[in-house]
Amino acid sequence: MRCSILFDAPDERLLTERQESPECFRDLNLDQIAAAVTAGREPYDLLPIFHLPLTSAEAVRYRHQVFQDFENPAVFACIASFSERMRGVRAALAETGKLYCELQKQREHLDTIGEYCESVNALTRALTLSQLNSSGLMRLRQYLSEYTVSMEFGSLAAETDALQGDLAAIAYEVRIDGKRIEVSRYGGEPDYAAEVLETFAKFKQGAVDPREFAFRNRSAMNHIEEAIVDRVARVFPEIFSTLARYCEHYREFLDPVVAEFEREAQFYLAWLEYLRPLERAGLRVCYPEVSAGARSSRCFDTFDLALAHRLLAERGAVVVNDFELRMPERIMVVSGANQGGKSTFARLIGQTYYLAGIGCRVAGREAALPLVDQVLTHFEREEHVETLSGKLEESLGRMRRLFERATPSSLLIMNESFDSTTVRDALFLNREVLRRVTERDMLCVCVTFLDELASLSEKTVSYVATVNAKDSATRTYRVVRRPAEGLAYAMAIAEKYGLTYERVRERLSQ
Amino acid sequence: MKAHLMFRDRDLDLTAQPAAGAEDLVQDLSLESIFAAMSGGDPYLRDVAQRVLLGGLEETAAIRYRQSILADCIAQPEIVRRMYAIAVSAIEGERHVWGFTLRHPEGVLHRAVEVLGIFRDHLRELRGIADAHVGRFQSEGFRVFFTMLEGELDDAYLARIAEHLNRLRFRKNSLLMSARLGRSNKGTQYRIRKPLNVRLTLRERVECWAKQLVGGETSTFVYELDDRDEAGFQALQELRDRGIAPVASALAASTAHILDFFKMLRAELAFHIGCLNLRERLTAKHEPVCFPDTVSNEECLVDARGLYDLSLTLNMEGRAIGNELTAERQRLVMITGANRGGKTTFLRSIGLAQLLMQCGAFVPAERYRAGVCSALFTHFRREEDVAMRSGKLDEELSRMSAIVDRLREGAMVLLNESFASTNEREGSEIARQIVGALLERGMKVIYVTHLYDLAESFYRVSPVSAVFLRAERLADGRRTFKVVEGEPLSTSFGADVYRRVFKSEGAHFE
Repeated sequence: MRCSILFDAPDERLLTERQESPECFRDLNLDQIAAAVTAGREPYDLLPIFHLPLTSAEAVRYRHQVFQDFENPAVFACIASFSERMRGVRAALAETGKLYCELQKQREHLDTIGEYCESVNALTRALTLSQLNSSGLMRLRQYLSEYTVSMEFGSLAAETDALQGDLAAIAYEVRIDGKRIEVSRYGGEPDYAAEVLETFAKFKQGAVDPREFAFRNRSAMNHIEEAIVDRVARVFPEIFSTLARYCEHYREFLDPVVAEFEREAQFYLAWLEYLRPLERAGLRVCYPEVSAGARSSRCFDTFDLALAHRLLAERGAVVVNDFELRMPERIMVVSGANQGGKSTFARLIGQTYYLAGIGCRVAGREAALPLVDQVLTHFEREEHVETLSGKLEESLGRMRRLFERATPSSLLIMNESFDSTTVRDALFLNREVLRRVTERDMLCVCVTFLDELASLSEKTVSYVATVNAKDSATRTYRVVRRPAEGLAYAMAIAEKYGLTYERVRERLSQ
Repeated sequence: MKAHLMFRDRDLDLTAQPAAGAEDLVQDLSLESIFAAMSGGDPYLRDVAQRVLLGGLEETAAIRYRQSILADCIAQPEIVRRMYAIAVSAIEGERHVWGFTLRHPEGVLHRAVEVLGIFRDHLRELRGIADAHVGRFQSEGFRVFFTMLEGELDDAYLARIAEHLNRLRFRKNSLLMSARLGRSNKGTQYRIRKPLNVRLTLRERVECWAKQLVGGETSTFVYELDDRDEAGFQALQELRDRGIAPVASALAASTAHILDFFKMLRAELAFHIGCLNLRERLTAKHEPVCFPDTVSNEECLVDARGLYDLSLTLNMEGRAIGNELTAERQRLVMITGANRGGKTTFLRSIGLAQLLMQCGAFVPAERYRAGVCSALFTHFRREEDVAMRSGKLDEELSRMSAIVDRLREGAMVLLNESFASTNEREGSEIARQIVGALLERGMKVIYVTHLYDLAESFYRVSPVSAVFLRAERLADGRRTFKVVEGEPLSTSFGADVYRRVFKSEGAHFE
């Protein structure tokens, strides 16, 4: 039986997974985002999932449903904990292979199987109690409820349990006298440590951290430990012979469907965990309404995910912005204040379209977007090109290659393209490119200092990076939909420091 | 065990970072000379004095608690200094016990036993002082402290400690431990069991061997290390260490805690010793000091007689000039008048007295009554600012803004020639807005200024809601360095200073 929570039709995945990232990843900071999301989950090889845009609105909705189930805290918690435990199981298996003491290996194997059984049982129990709505997770639940009551799984769990109990009950005694070690059953002698601890207990209060001694916890045993456990096994012979037979019988035990689910679940866990700190900081994320061939787009209160993470880490404030394309608009022209957040604005638009296309929740309070087949980016590079003409040539060459791949469902993002040439040239080149964009009926974002581009045709709409109305020195990082302008503002110096009567009163009222 | 000679309910925190703006207080109020006087040359005393002075109390009850302890110290200086010496000696003693192999429990245990021996002697000495002198102390703090010593360290308890210390001096003896099988069948939960020091007799040994030879029914199995098996002996030592670790860690925690107790005693007495040092300096030159009458914030701003500048008197031969000030319900004091007429000195004397009062010390005055403040801030014109004209107002405003950020209701703000770096109109307007808002939000403001426009506008609006003072100038132009009540005058007296300074040159003036 196959059940994938990433793809409704399992063939879809065969087309797609690829290791190398799409070209736009670097320009849009999607590489940072993907790296941050998958960090700590490298063994699952999740990046290919991010590299593969979905090709239908139904495929997007399939993931949205699964995401919505994952958003249920109970579901999230049980799958997260399952995944955590399975990671432990894999690590333990790898470690066990490196050991050489047979008694130690056997015990490791036993405990690893115990952990596996418990994890699967816990997950099944939790999913059975949960209200699920996605076909992906409902299919999985069905599979698990059959697997866990199977004969095979039942006897594995029972035998494991019994042996663990027997081993835990063993209490023995070691007497060290010079070079001699004696091992026997524990005979009930009183605890001297407890007596000392009690006498000095009154000095233990307060802020003093009890001294922790770091004993090297090698996973392997030294020959003294081996000698001791060997003698313990002789003191309790029945238990240890059962253990040996058990290990022989259950060499392989991992179920392949369970293992595949564990990997796919990482995509959802990782993405939700990535969004969580942002949500906690008051930022909004949403499921975009995605439809193939929609003629308008909108997204409100959205932001650059990579930047937001960095700002939160530095305790900075994240500015949110809106973007919208109303029929017949296809091109957003972004102009305005230097360092006013124009590139960030362009980047967040690219991120939003791309991430919506792989079925993710995206930054923003509300979003409705067409499904794009690819996001093409044209950012100025500071690359090894010596002369201006060489640079322009390189830049135009890149643009041409983008157009070779472009379709009417593609989004092109131009960030200050050709701006290193003369104004006249830049204007000409940008106009030409936008004309081609219009001809091909593509979507486009064009960041530029050329105000004229903002009003080229009914297909263009102007966005402006604004400055504080009272202090032109303060950047707001707000980019708003309005005609291009070039205003500078002046303001009183006391206002700048928030030291007017009104501002001081206000500041002191909190 | 707590000393609690600074706070009724908590320890003195010597790790706390000074509040932001503390450097301003140190600089503006010339606190260095006070720290120096309190230290008597001991850098430790200086450090504690600085921390305590800059971390004032906010409640009258807490202030009175500390005042009464300080009063006891003033009455019994020799006893208090001796207790301080005991604390210092215990701390020094601990430092000189050499700890080798401190990573190993047996090493730690050995050192802890040595240190506890030293501490026991010092604790006993402290007990001796408590027994002999408890009757001479009146304050709640000292009484509770002495009672605590008697209760916690009775003779029976000190004897029990001695017994354990003797028993724990075991090394390399036979050791009996119980254990269980932990992860991967390695031993865990090692506990030392009594009997500790019993060696097996020859006969017991023979019996053991005999049992083992017969086999089967015996439950004791033996392993013996080869004499040349160095790695084995190391492993064996680690095994012993695992058993000893809990005891070693408990004893190490006890020594750390008792050390903390001595450190805390030293720290909390250090402030009082510092006050004793300061008081001796002042009484030697017949400067008056008194314990202030501390009232609630709303009840009074300050009512003082013979108030003098502490840092000034510590830096001169004779006595400093005393001033009076009565501001009961008013929350603004505005001081204008002759340059070099003692305005800054007067402002500083108020700040210093407030600071000393708020940390429970005596104050430099004949009589002093004042409301407790939530915090004290200073905004003084800076000498170095004169050099760099440009951006000076910027600098002043940004400092002020930083103060506003930290202000809480009930704070006292001392302003010294603030906002005079621009022209009088602008400076006055900025100051008026700030001061107006501060007063409205429940701050107390004492403002030294020669901005006539500013002072006059407050006087005109309401001459009774504020106290207006002037640096006194006699009819013949001489200064008395006294500050007296009076409405703002429209001229400062810079010309006077100019005249005096340039007298020899016969310079012109209006």
